[in-house]
Amino acid sequence: MGLVTVREVHKEYRRDTQAVPVLAGLSLDIDEGDFVALMGPSGSGKTTLLNLIGGIDQPTSGEVSVHGEAIGRLAPRQLARWRSRNIGYIFQLYNLIPVLTAIQNVELPLLLVKMKGKERLERAKHALDIVGLGDRLKHFPRQLSGGQEQRVAIARAIVSDPTLLLADEPTGDLDRKSGEEILSLLERLNREFRKTIIMVTHDPHAAERAHRVLHLDKGVLSN
Amino acid sequence: MNLFSLVLVNLGRNKLRTTLTLMSVVVALFLFCALRGVLDTLAASIKVGSEARLVTRNAISLIFPLPLSYRERLLAIPGVKSVSYANWFGGRDPVDPGNFYAQFACDAETYMPIYDADVEIIAADSSAVPLPVPAGIDPKLAMFMSERDACIVGQSLFKRMKWKLGQKVPVSGTIFPGTWTFTIRAVYHAKDPAFGEESMLFHWKYLSEKGMGGQGIVGWYVLQLGDPGRAGEVTRTVDALYANSGAATHTETERAFQAGFVSMYGNVPFLIGVIGIAVVFAILLVAANTMMMATRERTAEFGVMKTLGFADATLFRLVLIEAGIITFGGGTLGALLAKFAIEGSRFNAGGFLPPMTISWTTVAIGIGVAVLMGATSGIIPALQASRLRIVDALRRVE
Repeated sequence: MGLVTVREVHKEYRRDTQAVPVLAGLSLDIDEGDFVALMGPSGSGKTTLLNLIGGIDQPTSGEVSVHGEAIGRLAPRQLARWRSRNIGYIFQLYNLIPVLTAIQNVELPLLLVKMKGKERLERAKHALDIVGLGDRLKHFPRQLSGGQEQRVAIARAIVSDPTLLLADEPTGDLDRKSGEEILSLLERLNREFRKTIIMVTHDPHAAERAHRVLHLDKGVLSN
Repeated sequence: MNLFSLVLVNLGRNKLRTTLTLMSVVVALFLFCALRGVLDTLAASIKVGSEARLVTRNAISLIFPLPLSYRERLLAIPGVKSVSYANWFGGRDPVDPGNFYAQFACDAETYMPIYDADVEIIAADSSAVPLPVPAGIDPKLAMFMSERDACIVGQSLFKRMKWKLGQKVPVSGTIFPGTWTFTIRAVYHAKDPAFGEESMLFHWKYLSEKGMGGQGIVGWYVLQLGDPGRAGEVTRTVDALYANSGAATHTETERAFQAGFVSMYGNVPFLIGVIGIAVVFAILLVAANTMMMATRERTAEFGVMKTLGFADATLFRLVLIEAGIITFGGGTLGALLAKFAIEGSRFNAGGFLPPMTISWTTVAIGIGVAVLMGATSGIIPALQASRLRIVDALRRVE
């Protein structure tokens, strides 16, 4: 059995009285240690699928399991706890907290875990070292370049040592050089740290870094 | 960093807004406590009146006088230790008519011994030649006792008016017309601040001779009892004595008499209370609006925090604590500022009140109101933040 199992998942949004289908009976398996790129046109359901796997949205029907645990059955509080332990999320626009320094941003997920302040700080520093920003601990997001901000966001995603990294267009807002650096970093996390990565991207060049590329179109996998 | 420092960081996010909101809460609670302080002061002034003293006045109203001839018969009533009397003068400062202070004409020889325990003479003019003073009178009052137009003034009034001992003070009479000049011969200090230090006392004889053409009429009598337990009996005896006379009396304890003055304010205390609540309510809306703005601006951040694993209840608490810090901090500051600044300045509303007191109960109520304000102003934004769907929150930026 794979790390992530998606079975017959349907998802529709409601706009006023109209139901807008996004995913239509999608099934998928992703193994532990895999690096999967999700591609497809806008509105094909890539981010929705990512959100369902990350437990930040619920399918209309069907089931999503991670490590054999059906996340749809978890109560909101359990789900929040599950997310903090199992999921690292990387956003296109980094979504760092602007009033926190780089190290404080990385420390944020660890506030939910019982851990001494010193240990928390060491882990956050270690995560920033991994992404090559060990010398930018006290910098605020506004003092960093886009590529550096995204690396802080990646450090925040990996600091609690989750099994699964979900990246939603991680290079979408970066220049080519910074984008390459982020992709190399993701590759390294997958290779050296055995992180399972699911990455949504529009960029075929970025998708080439993945082990597998899945194409979504109108809510179904097309390959 | 911990969750509490996260709250503090968020409060520092827009320092100007946080400071202004905090200041508005400080001002609101300052006003709330100051207004309640007026009620506290009125309540404290009632307590000044002694249960061991009775006040006898005209049964129709305080503004109607009583004959001086009642004095001897009152003194003869069993249980009455001594009797004094006084009149309300009702004069005005001829230079500044808006500058109010009370003037009383009293029979100093009997009046001062009765109030000996309540006031202390802290400054007095003395003559080169020792003057005799009646028994029971502070020897420092020798000069006051020997001069027809001498007066004693309260310490607070004395300081406020920058008067000096020996200074002649003109007063325009309203009930007793004409310009009256009094010479300040002594200054008293009230042992209990609620007793007030904003009054002037002068000789009743001077008033009688100059203002009443020698008529023996008094405003009220003060009866010192030997045993406060006999107050009821003496009260009944006095009023029965004059029940069918031309000037029937109404006798009550001095405390009840003071309370009667406070009751003359009618609904003013109620209005003061309502204004205080209205101020707090207005600021509550300001604080609530500020908190809503602060959380609305951070919608996406709440989405990110939830994605990271922050539970709804944790976000609820964080927002509520944020509101609580502003209102509790501001409220405590405002309430304590009211307590120490108003009491420290001995503010007396231009002489209409004794120096204002703000009880610790009022301070505690103020802080309680601030806590309630924090909970109320924070609850809606806290609920909004906790109920936010992650995908909706993230959609705001992505």
